[in-house]
Amino acid sequence: MATKVFMEALSPTMEEGRLVKWNKPEGAAVKSGDVLAEVETDKAVMELVARGDGVLRKQMIAEGVTAPVGSVVGVIAGADEDISALLSAAPAAPAAAAAPVAAPAASPAAPAAPAGPIASSAAPAASGPVRSSPLARRLAKESGVNLAAVAGSGPGGRVIKRDVEAAAAGGASAISRPLSAISGADFTDEPLTQIRKTIAKRLAESIGPIPTFYLTAEFDMTRAVEMRAQAAALGDDFKVSVNDIVLKAVATALAAHPEVNAHWLGDKIRYFNRVHLGMAVATNDGLIVPVIFDADRKGLRDISMESRDLAKKARERKLTPDQYTGSTFSVSNLGMMQIDQFTAIINPPECGILAIGALEDTPVVVDGAIAVRKRMRVTMSCDHRVIDGAVGARFLQTLRRMLENPLMLVF
Amino acid sequence: MASKKKTDAKGEARSVRTAGDPALDREMLQSMLLQRRFEEKTGEAYALGKVGGFCHLYIGQEAVSTGIISQLRPDDYVIGTYRDHGQALARGVAPRAVMAELFGRIDGCSRGKGGSMHMFDRHTNFLGGHGIVGSHVPLGAGVGFAIKYRGGDQVCVCFMGDSVVNIGAFHEALNMAALWKLPVLFVIENNRYGMGTSVERAAAVDDLSRRADGYKGMDGIVIDGMDVHSVREAAAKAIARARTESLPSLLEIRTYRFRGHSMSDAVSGTYRSKDELEEYQTMDPVFSLRDAMVIAGTLTVAEWEQMEKDVAATVQDAWDFADQSPEPPAGALYEDVLVDTTS
Amino acid sequence: MPIITYREALNQALREEMSRDDRVYLMGEEVGVYNGAYKVSKGLLEEFGENRVVDSPIAELGFAGIGVGSAMAGLRPVIEFMTWNFALLAIDQVVNSAAKMLYMSGGQFNVPIVFRGPNGAALQLGAQHSQAFESWLAHIPGIKVLSPGTPYDAKGLLKSAIRDDNPVVVLEGEMLYNTKGEVPDHEYLIPLGKADRKREGGDCSIITSGKMALVAMQVADQLAKEDIHVDVIDLLTIRPMDVEAIYESVRKTNRAVVLEEGWEICGIGAQVVDFIQRECFDDLDAPVIRVHQADVPMPYAKNLEKIAKPDAAKTIAAVKQVMYRS
Repeated sequence: MATKVFMEALSPTMEEGRLVKWNKPEGAAVKSGDVLAEVETDKAVMELVARGDGVLRKQMIAEGVTAPVGSVVGVIAGADEDISALLSAAPAAPAAAAAPVAAPAASPAAPAAPAGPIASSAAPAASGPVRSSPLARRLAKESGVNLAAVAGSGPGGRVIKRDVEAAAAGGASAISRPLSAISGADFTDEPLTQIRKTIAKRLAESIGPIPTFYLTAEFDMTRAVEMRAQAAALGDDFKVSVNDIVLKAVATALAAHPEVNAHWLGDKIRYFNRVHLGMAVATNDGLIVPVIFDADRKGLRDISMESRDLAKKARERKLTPDQYTGSTFSVSNLGMMQIDQFTAIINPPECGILAIGALEDTPVVVDGAIAVRKRMRVTMSCDHRVIDGAVGARFLQTLRRMLENPLMLVF
Repeated sequence: MASKKKTDAKGEARSVRTAGDPALDREMLQSMLLQRRFEEKTGEAYALGKVGGFCHLYIGQEAVSTGIISQLRPDDYVIGTYRDHGQALARGVAPRAVMAELFGRIDGCSRGKGGSMHMFDRHTNFLGGHGIVGSHVPLGAGVGFAIKYRGGDQVCVCFMGDSVVNIGAFHEALNMAALWKLPVLFVIENNRYGMGTSVERAAAVDDLSRRADGYKGMDGIVIDGMDVHSVREAAAKAIARARTESLPSLLEIRTYRFRGHSMSDAVSGTYRSKDELEEYQTMDPVFSLRDAMVIAGTLTVAEWEQMEKDVAATVQDAWDFADQSPEPPAGALYEDVLVDTTS
Repeated sequence: MPIITYREALNQALREEMSRDDRVYLMGEEVGVYNGAYKVSKGLLEEFGENRVVDSPIAELGFAGIGVGSAMAGLRPVIEFMTWNFALLAIDQVVNSAAKMLYMSGGQFNVPIVFRGPNGAALQLGAQHSQAFESWLAHIPGIKVLSPGTPYDAKGLLKSAIRDDNPVVVLEGEMLYNTKGEVPDHEYLIPLGKADRKREGGDCSIITSGKMALVAMQVADQLAKEDIHVDVIDLLTIRPMDVEAIYESVRKTNRAVVLEEGWEICGIGAQVVDFIQRECFDDLDAPVIRVHQADVPMPYAKNLEKIAKPDAAKTIAAVKQVMYRS
């Protein structure tokens, strides 16, 4: 009895998956439960397991190919079983991975062209993808420079470090595309990864239909910083980060304010009695928001350990779906990247997200005198369908009291 | 100049096989029989795929190893060629360790890293089987150099095949050994063929002991290698010269191998005839000693049968041990490339 | 600090180590009565006697093998080859005996031996006497290969080599013996397997060793006048190579030139480039360029010889090429 291997929904939001690697070759004996392949979902790389016994007779898609959930990607059958009917009935799979492809330089309809006097003296790179040094590629990625729009000054038009630096510095005037780039479509198409597609779709959903407003407050973190230092002096077991203290405070404040700890469900609002705190983590692939469940009931040490563990797993793409779904409210912190203040985009169906800025030594008036204090700006994005201005403000008041008097976190 | 008996293993004016001191004879017989049965078993293991690579059996030449090595002290040194199983056993390397090495196992005398051609054993100063013809002859001279440097009275025995006399390293080593008076026995096991090329077809002087004439102070001696007593007596003289006068000797021991060069060639029929092989087999060094002892009344048939049984048990034990010894762990791959300490 | 020649530095190293350990002896052609073909062993026969400073016949294979055998039996020989060109006659003992012994004996017999002598081209010595063998020797697991360029490095490395329990090859340079440099009068050792940054700069790495380290330093000084600052990494030990030093430098400069005395094909530079592309791919702003001897036997004629050899001008051109400067 033949068993079809389907692209399965391996994450709650997965609509299609990229088959990263076949773990079993064609012809391999497989048992139900064996890992057949690794599949990149919108969130992580997951295992696709066999649902029947027999021989993996056919791999219907190649490694690197993306297939929609529910499509047939392989066939398990007896070694001699006739599976021709299954094979012919299966929809044609995409032929190859959608690897980065350069636009063709010349129209395929002009095969005889090159001989004429028009044959340009363009650099040899004219017909290929953008030539660039490995370093230039890395720098471009880091600084968000589009390599295709940079004129290369190296041999053969190679884009090198100084070109990227000039482009990043806004030296647009210095950039003149070589002739080759104008005459040929010298650009690169980069297919969307699953995670990027999901981010785009969901963030667009957010900024569009969600009527968002923002509340910013500046907290005095001096005591929180002192507390952290005192705790750290007690030994390694007591070392936590300022971010851990913020997470703990937010969770505690949320427990006191269920009116902001809620989901907008279209036809209803669900207010939560438990606090499942999402923490945004930047990974090489993009943003992911693992969850600290029941964060309000956890001590600082547990939160610290758990947040570190989740962040590590996120970066290694080892999170399981249950670790990044189910949050009731989220926190995003760019303080470590010296961002003073920013607005974060709500992760629906949640109704609020808190954006944490950098700690800064700031002169402020304390008891009538100027003092230098550690200050931190937080900005809360609120879904106005659920949270009104005063409601959000009250939550921030509570949060301020806790962070400015961190002893409260102990009770 | 030492006397050179015009004798060879083919039996022309060959030594009369005689029995000697009964206890010593028994010991030597046991040593030779162990080598014989061990090598037969090695051939069997090779056929079963338990031993791999190049493998050169010693069958027929046992009187050479036993005759020479039985005269050595434990602190003397032995170095030789890739045909080294018999010498390792004669030197006292445990049959288990030699068989385990052949099987490529962790309990081998070279921890499974050497194989048939590279038996080493520090405890018995067995400095290895070496795989490049002639390359180890300077090493043997170097061991002699170290002995002399330290003012010791040990000797080094350097075994080699007949083909070695035609390679440059042989000449360079013998020249310096004579020049610097190094206590080394250069022992040519002349089994008449370097692989399939006979001595006559390879050496411009086929009386190989005459090579010693080129080096002042070096004795060149021809010995009947099918008679363990002849080998032993000649070894005694050469060893005494080395120990007391620090003088090197060149011993040409005329012997014969009863098997092919290695495991993949015909025993006879190409470069040598079946008749020739059979003629030499009538001079078998192991059975010659046995027969001489039985005739002299120093060995009964029952004792012989018991000796066969004991040796068979030892060899079987070596096999079983090797078979059960683990393969070297993968981690051993990168071990012993370099010593990782400096003194 | 005293300034002495490379030759004297090696001589001091030998003298000190022979005084320190009576298992150490020197053997080779003309090392004794003649005081050394290049006078490296000057005075040692007188000081240590003919038991420990041994004039050998011209028989590289033989005396190299005697060295290995004596090392197996507990001595610590220093074998001098009059030049590495002649050592080809003894390569069997270096490769098949010394380098293999520890491994094929399952760790039982190590070979604490030093093979040393001049390597590379001098002046107009022709094809058979002008060869650099770094890559030949560094290819072999089981030996260490050193290539000191300065008197300081020569002394510190040779002393470490003699104390090392492994076979160590020391590649000296005929043209280096007369060069001078500071060498401390107190005892010191240089660890094997560690590179030395001879010049510090952020614009381009030059990875090199031996005689070529001197060329690289000249290049660095010259380019500094044009405000180009090169990082000169003198490998000192070719095997095992200090890859971390290479990575650190290339990650800083994003550009590298590998300068070696020998030939191009399968040369040391090829290996260095491989290490760089594996570990520093995303740090490179230009392909790594190699500077080496022309791919021909060394000619005798003075003008041809000059063209054939790697030199400062070729290295400067290479640095500018990887910096996209002309």
